[in-house]
Amino acid sequence: MTAVQLPAFVPLLPEIVLGLGAMALLMVGAFRGNLTVQVVDFSAIALLVIAGAILLALPAGRLTSFGGSFVVDDFARFLKILALIGSAAAIAMSLDYTKRERQQHFEYSVLIVLSTLGMLMLISAADLIALYLGLELMSLPLYVVAASHRTELRSTEAGLKYFVLGALSSGMLLYGASLIYGFTGTVSFTGIAQAASHGGVGLIFGLVFLFAGFCFKVSAVPFHMWTPDVYQGAPTPVTAFFAAAVKVSGIAMFVRGAVMAFPGITSEWQQIVVFVSVASMLLGSFAAIGQRNFKRLMAYSSIAHMGFALVGLAAGTSQGVQGVLVYMAIYITMTLGVFAVILSMRRSGGMVESIDQLAGLARTHPMRAFVLAMLLFSMAGVPPLAGFFGKFYVFLAAIQAGFYILAVIGVLASAVGAYYYLAIVKIMYFDEAAEGFYAMPIGVRVVLGICGLFNLLFFVYPGPLVEAASAAARSLF
Amino acid sequence: MTSWPILSVVVFLPIVGALFIAFLRNDEAGARNARWVALWTTLITFAISLILVWRFDTSTADFQFVEKEPWLGGAINYSLGVDGISLPFVILTTAIMPIAILASWTVIQRGVRGFMIAFLVLETLMVGSFCALDLVLFYLFFEGSLIPMFLIIGVWGGPRRVYSSFKFFLYTFAGSVLMLLAIMAMYWQAGTTDIPTLLHHSFPRTLQTWAWFAFLASFAVKMPMWPVHTWLPDAHVEAPTSGSVILAAILLKFGGYGFLRFSLPMFPEASQQLAPLIYALSVVAIIYTSLVALMQEDMKKLIAYSSVAHMGFVTMGIFAVTAQGVSGGIFQMLSHGIVSAALFLCVGVVYDRMHTHEISIFGGLVNRMPLYAFVFMVFSLANIGLPGTSGFVGEFLTLIGTFRVNNWVATLAALGSILSAAYMLWLYRKVIFGKLEKPSLRWIRDLGWREITVLAPLVIVTILIGVYPKPVLDFSAASVTQLIDNYHHALGSVQAAALTR
Repeated sequence: MTAVQLPAFVPLLPEIVLGLGAMALLMVGAFRGNLTVQVVDFSAIALLVIAGAILLALPAGRLTSFGGSFVVDDFARFLKILALIGSAAAIAMSLDYTKRERQQHFEYSVLIVLSTLGMLMLISAADLIALYLGLELMSLPLYVVAASHRTELRSTEAGLKYFVLGALSSGMLLYGASLIYGFTGTVSFTGIAQAASHGGVGLIFGLVFLFAGFCFKVSAVPFHMWTPDVYQGAPTPVTAFFAAAVKVSGIAMFVRGAVMAFPGITSEWQQIVVFVSVASMLLGSFAAIGQRNFKRLMAYSSIAHMGFALVGLAAGTSQGVQGVLVYMAIYITMTLGVFAVILSMRRSGGMVESIDQLAGLARTHPMRAFVLAMLLFSMAGVPPLAGFFGKFYVFLAAIQAGFYILAVIGVLASAVGAYYYLAIVKIMYFDEAAEGFYAMPIGVRVVLGICGLFNLLFFVYPGPLVEAASAAARSLF
Repeated sequence: MTSWPILSVVVFLPIVGALFIAFLRNDEAGARNARWVALWTTLITFAISLILVWRFDTSTADFQFVEKEPWLGGAINYSLGVDGISLPFVILTTAIMPIAILASWTVIQRGVRGFMIAFLVLETLMVGSFCALDLVLFYLFFEGSLIPMFLIIGVWGGPRRVYSSFKFFLYTFAGSVLMLLAIMAMYWQAGTTDIPTLLHHSFPRTLQTWAWFAFLASFAVKMPMWPVHTWLPDAHVEAPTSGSVILAAILLKFGGYGFLRFSLPMFPEASQQLAPLIYALSVVAIIYTSLVALMQEDMKKLIAYSSVAHMGFVTMGIFAVTAQGVSGGIFQMLSHGIVSAALFLCVGVVYDRMHTHEISIFGGLVNRMPLYAFVFMVFSLANIGLPGTSGFVGEFLTLIGTFRVNNWVATLAALGSILSAAYMLWLYRKVIFGKLEKPSLRWIRDLGWREITVLAPLVIVTILIGVYPKPVLDFSAASVTQLIDNYHHALGSVQAAALTR
């Protein structure tokens, strides 16, 4: 601890700013109506940036609040920044989309900000109650934004499906949490860690239910079924939000829960994570091959990516957590970039989502095609692009921990996955040109540019991100 | 030593040229400029790489022109350097590139800028793989070369290009990811991925075996060795001429280079134990693929199968681990790099005129194309391994080297080389000799100036190093000697340990 005693609310400053800001924007929107949508959107982005700045300005080291149930350590800082980036990008990419689809509602940005607030709480949660609180605050706005395309049947379906299954998963998680509380007598992670060092069947039961809830949120197999439908049905900027920021928070909760609360029974939960990881990698890689809808394909791709990220967690070491963090950082840039391209697939008849519509993109829009191709190669894990380093660090950790079979299955799954990414590159580069798309809106262009450059040039100077992830991982152990 | 990082310049200069091309206008003038920029970039790169030759000290086996910068944190650095094994391949790459660019000069009409950019990026990645002194950096360059090559085959290739490019990419990718895992295991065992350090590290027995197989998975596909060679004929047939040239001359050399750089010195025990496996695969490759070559109806496919057979000599010579075998393997790779590149260029010459590489379309070309017939003859004979051409030296050395270790293998391989005479002479007779009967060939033109410029240096080099191979062999002698000494030393110390126990 620092010598100066900080007021208890200081670690929560970013969350407080986001919360109050969201209320204020809600008021602005409510009183001034839909005329102010743009103002609200830009203010929301500004709010997220301010929250990020405050987060970075917080005193270094491990800060706690609310009697230890809220923790700001390097791990939380790293992932919170990622979540904020994901949210800001989701709003930036929606600016033009909502206008063109005549879905301009100021509530959209406010809900995204509120959901982000939930994410930040979730990432910092160090006991089961704070965790559940953050999780629900994150999820409730998501149900609404998923269904925000009120006239579209698919969107409504997506919202409903997400709500029902989300509620089911929350229920499982709560059930697991109550079992754990019942067998350990505490809800705080450190307390559970002390009580759980001996194991016990009841605790394992609770653990399994808790992990089932986690898996739902990160859409890991066998709890992935909602993902393709929700990804396809939800408005595209919302899908980008699901795929980027929400996944980051889900993984954060998974990693912190596993590592902080159950260090004594690592070998028990490792079995679960290994199974989930292998199943996700294989199912995601194989099931994506047949998909023609780009958003649906991305859903399966994200399932596979979660499998790869969990390889790091399966290792159960600081090295492994570092791998997960590097993976997530690179994953959100790849995902946001690809969704930026999906959002730019608009021609005279409206939005199109089939990958066949990308035919000949290399001739109609060479720059866009090049960046998308690089992002897809990056997702496939081909060096020297960023995605390779993500896979490199998780598998490095798996090898260190002796999970050879897991690593072999993983790299072979990545070779299978390469097939469907290549298939998209093939459509863009080898096939005859189709009708061109409209010019890219500015918000989408910025997101795509940043993500593309990051992926292309990451190998030049990978040090800072890797070091930051390493420091973040160490703060958990 | 110098103050400027000459290896980095050689590696990254092509990228600079590629960036320049990326900013050219997308029209006819832009296409013309792109060709010239690419040509000059590759020529300057070649010139700078000749400085390396000039300043290279052949008396030492150490790595020279070494550069080292922190990169990934921990023990993984950006580190470059060359020794007598890698430098010849660097030169081969930089020398073949301008030739490949010239070969695509008029053929590529669509997307010239993109094509040249892909080529220059490919050059950076290839030279980088030969110069890398860090396993992770090597892997980065090595795997990265898949992306431009995939696009070159897929965008500018023949009718079945999609199938071929996918097959090429997925075969090599699946092979290499296993090598990546082996690299990680080595990292945790040795604590570093620095190649010079790893060359003197002795890994435990079981790790050696597994890592050896993982590296084999990658290099055997790249080489390619029987039975994972099937991607090569497909890739060659569909690739544009210059793509085939690069594939045959340089990309195939990664396999042999990898065996020399990693498998032999880092896993000596596994190499010794598993050498019979390599022998068997090599002999099968030499005999079986030669027989397959006899049955081909497509010129490019025939040459592709002959490449697989020639690579069989390389693997056989390398794993004999005798001075002659290893030097012969290196020489054979260099010679094959020149000869097969030239053969593909020769096929390209008639392909440009007739838009097919089917053997039955041609016949009696000697009547209309005497110059072409001569050039084609030189390279056919070199491919057979006739004394006086570069092909002979490599084949002969690998055979002697292997004979000292295992005379059955050498005998069978020597028998296989008769088959190479059979299919090459058959091809030559079908295409060049006979009466010029086909009406479509009546007005076919002989070599133009650009084609002569491309082929003449290759003819000269083929004969020159065939007659006087000493300078090339001297180049790698010190490194090869050290490689073999270390290998036997490592095995000797293991045996000594076993005896004292």
